Amino acid sequence: MKDNAVISPTTLVTTPLVKMVNIHKSYGAVTALNGVDFVIGRNEIVGLIGDNGAGKSTLIKVLTGVEKQDEGKIYWKGKEEEKHTVENSRNIGIETVFQDRALAEKQNIWRNLFMGRELTYGRTGFIKIGQSQKEAIKLLKNMIGFTQSGLTANLGVRGLSGGEKQGIAISRALYFDAQLIILDEPTNNLSLSETNKVLDFVRGVKDHGKSCIFITHSIYHVYSVADRFVVLDRGNTVGEFLKKDVSLDGLVGKLEYVAKHGVLA
Amino acid sequence: MLEKIKQKINESKLQLSIFGVLVIVFVIFIIKNPQTFLSYRIYYAFMSTIPFSAILALSLTPVVILGEIDLSFPSVMGFSAWVFAFVFNQTNNIYLAFVICLAVGMFAGFINSVLIVRVGIPSLILTIGMMFMWRGLVYIASAGQGLSLVGTKGTILYKALVGRIGGQVPAQAIWAVVIAIVFALILNRHRFGAHILYTGDDAVSAKMMGVNVAKVKTIVFMQVGVCAAFVGVLASLEVLYLWASTGEGYLMKSLASVFIGGTSVFGGMGTIFGTFVGAIIMGSLEAGIVVGGISGFWTQFIFGLVIVISLTIYAYMNKRINLGRKLISSIKSLFGRAKK
Ligand SMILES: Nc1ncnc2c1ncn2[C@@H]1O[C@H](COP(=O)(O)OP(=O)(O)OP(=O)(O)O)[C@@H](O)[C@H]1O
Ligand SMILES: [Mg+2]
Repeated sequence: MKDNAVISPTTLVTTPLVKMVNIHKSYGAVTALNGVDFVIGRNEIVGLIGDNGAGKSTLIKVLTGVEKQDEGKIYWKGKEEEKHTVENSRNIGIETVFQDRALAEKQNIWRNLFMGRELTYGRTGFIKIGQSQKEAIKLLKNMIGFTQSGLTANLGVRGLSGGEKQGIAISRALYFDAQLIILDEPTNNLSLSETNKVLDFVRGVKDHGKSCIFITHSIYHVYSVADRFVVLDRGNTVGEFLKKDVSLDGLVGKLEYVAKHGVLA
Repeated sequence: MLEKIKQKINESKLQLSIFGVLVIVFVIFIIKNPQTFLSYRIYYAFMSTIPFSAILALSLTPVVILGEIDLSFPSVMGFSAWVFAFVFNQTNNIYLAFVICLAVGMFAGFINSVLIVRVGIPSLILTIGMMFMWRGLVYIASAGQGLSLVGTKGTILYKALVGRIGGQVPAQAIWAVVIAIVFALILNRHRFGAHILYTGDDAVSAKMMGVNVAKVKTIVFMQVGVCAAFVGVLASLEVLYLWASTGEGYLMKSLASVFIGGTSVFGGMGTIFGTFVGAIIMGSLEAGIVVGGISGFWTQFIFGLVIVISLTIYAYMNKRINLGRKLISSIKSLFGRAKK
């Protein structure tokens, strides 16, 4: 842990849900993560903030198994994740809304919702198509409040609006009852009312005893929902604050300082 | 109810239009030469030859859905068939020959997949190279000589693969139908098929959602090798002789079947039914042209015409231009103007 790190009380009581230690990741000459430590407590909402290119999405990709770290370790509930693939991370209960949504645009809605985790007849691998379609419609209507008439689960994703696509990516993360939900800039492309829905949803995650990582460039959004803020800058963690210790203005001030100096005062 | 039917039709537009092309082609055949095309004999002939290119086309369909291509399959077919004939002539054991032959095909597909998926060579270029290599190996190994397979006649495997069921139906036709059904089930209803669609559509997204993209591609390329070997055996047993040139002539016909069937070269979409119908069209055109009393000189031209017409139809569909509606609206506007 860095000197100025603050640890949330919830993380002290029990083993944290996730602990990432000394994570390094480079893309060729670009160092995206340079020894990042990152902890997510049980039933905690963590706001991950930082400038463009700070390494937020990369950290998420390492945590979800999309990218393999060059160095460093990941612990899930205190146990080291040695073979950390996307499949594993989804199986242990991590669901993610990726920044670029990760949709297959020529496929229809239900296929997108169950991409990588198809509803099958047990181990035969044959897909329960009817059930997938029903679940898809239910999910879109209830969770996201899609009201567009003529909405069917067989609609191609390609023709949908940005907000609708985002809605599908979010519904997908909700469906599997994950213990950790990661949202990488989920409010991109969303209208005001849709944004509020997402924020309400994040609060709901907390109420259901689960944890969430929330990445956004909107300090106002993240301040209103997170318990703790972690600030990344150029591949390093430069600060962690509990919400109770910092005001919104104070947080904005600190971020401006980091942007200028690359460290915290 | 009506809505549901409408939606079904909308979803099957592609399949319906290729089927329409098939119907049109056969109506023309029957009009031109009813005597031939209303008798069983011509269909018997079709059923003994079309299955070869049909099975190859079926196995290529998932490759194209992945956004990849395989041009090496005719040579893999040739080499595996040579292995089959060689092992049979050495051991007189057709089962051993058959198993080794399929293994060789699978191995050839595996090499393709390693070089494409792990090493990162584009499949178009790699499989051109492999096409020459495997064909070259056939000529080196056989010194250009064919091998007789007369000894296979009478074995159970021979009957099961290319025998005549009830003296009427070539067994290879049954194989083609069964393989088509299995492929359609896997593509549309199995998680592996779903993973092929996701990978071909957007490999990055698929990977992010936990699809093992490398494994999917590997299995798909290996499957082509196995099917090529299988067809190699079928085609050789059918004529009871191995030619060193076995497989030549299937490249364009099989690929064209996939594309006129409506599978998109951009990946992420495809239809097994379309490929199957496409193979029937490609396979019957040649015979149809000759029997229909059209000069053989027209064959290539008509092949090309059918391909271009079907590709044009799909291009319009993809642009979501509703030709019918456009026609109606332009007629309406014409009348509107006339009234004024
Ligand atoms: N696949 C990649 N190949 C090469 N460089 C990459 C790749 N992904 C990320 N990077 C680089 O790593 C650094 C961190 O990127 P990352 O996407 O993690 O930033 P971020 O904090 O999510 O930024 P943003 O707020 O813009 O989403 C950037 O310099 C980026 O250019
Ligand atoms: Mg990002």
